[in-house]
Amino acid sequence: MRWLFVAVIVAATTLSDALLTRRMKAHGEIRDFRLGPLGRALAAVARSWHLPAAIALLAVSFFAFITLLSMADLSFAVPATAATFVVETLVARLALGEHVSARRWMGTALVTCGVILIAL
Amino acid sequence: MSSLRVKTWIVAAVVVLANVLGNSCLSWGMKQRGPRLIAFLDYVAALFTPWVVLGISLLLLWLAARMALLSWADLSFVAPVTAVGYALAAVAGRFLLGEHVSPQRWAGALLIAAGTALVGSTSIRTTAGGDP
Repeated sequence: MRWLFVAVIVAATTLSDALLTRRMKAHGEIRDFRLGPLGRALAAVARSWHLPAAIALLAVSFFAFITLLSMADLSFAVPATAATFVVETLVARLALGEHVSARRWMGTALVTCGVILIAL
Repeated sequence: MSSLRVKTWIVAAVVVLANVLGNSCLSWGMKQRGPRLIAFLDYVAALFTPWVVLGISLLLLWLAARMALLSWADLSFVAPVTAVGYALAAVAGRFLLGEHVSPQRWAGALLIAAGTALVGSTSIRTTAGGDP
């Protein structure tokens, strides 16, 4: 049962992050971190369906996560959902056109091995 | 080190800390409510306990910082680099929540930290810029 929640969290998080990345790249680099300009930038970002969709998916992931936390330890729940990293790197490569170098794949593989060790 | 890399590390640190602390607050808050949440109203009631409110506030900070980071950095850079939070979660689980963390889990946390360092040494952005 807990692994079903993990699967929902991984799928929803990956889709949410892909939408978020696409939207933020379309907006361009944020350079002004004062509260006013930052708020205006985030408001500008919100004027596209990508952001509400990303946040809705994040909410799905969030409710699945707190349900998981009510039946498992934090030190199980958090590492187990880190399978997201492999799926996200694949999606970043295939759907977002990012160049994933050998070194980046190796680092992601190390993270994944760490996650498996933690979750077993 | 370029100013973009410095900015990236600072915002990434905010992302990681807000996430680990936010999740710890949520875990603590949910544990105090009992073992199971089934009905929708239980979710709503849980949202208004102090630890859960603090946890959600920290996760909103996490979301804003992560959006800023993704405005210039690759997702395939941001995701593994901020994974160091998963190693910190084992530390937080042990020292803040008193959960048992086995040697195997500690080894996993070390691998995650090494992978994060490796990905952190790659280029921050590999796609064409839409920047002015």
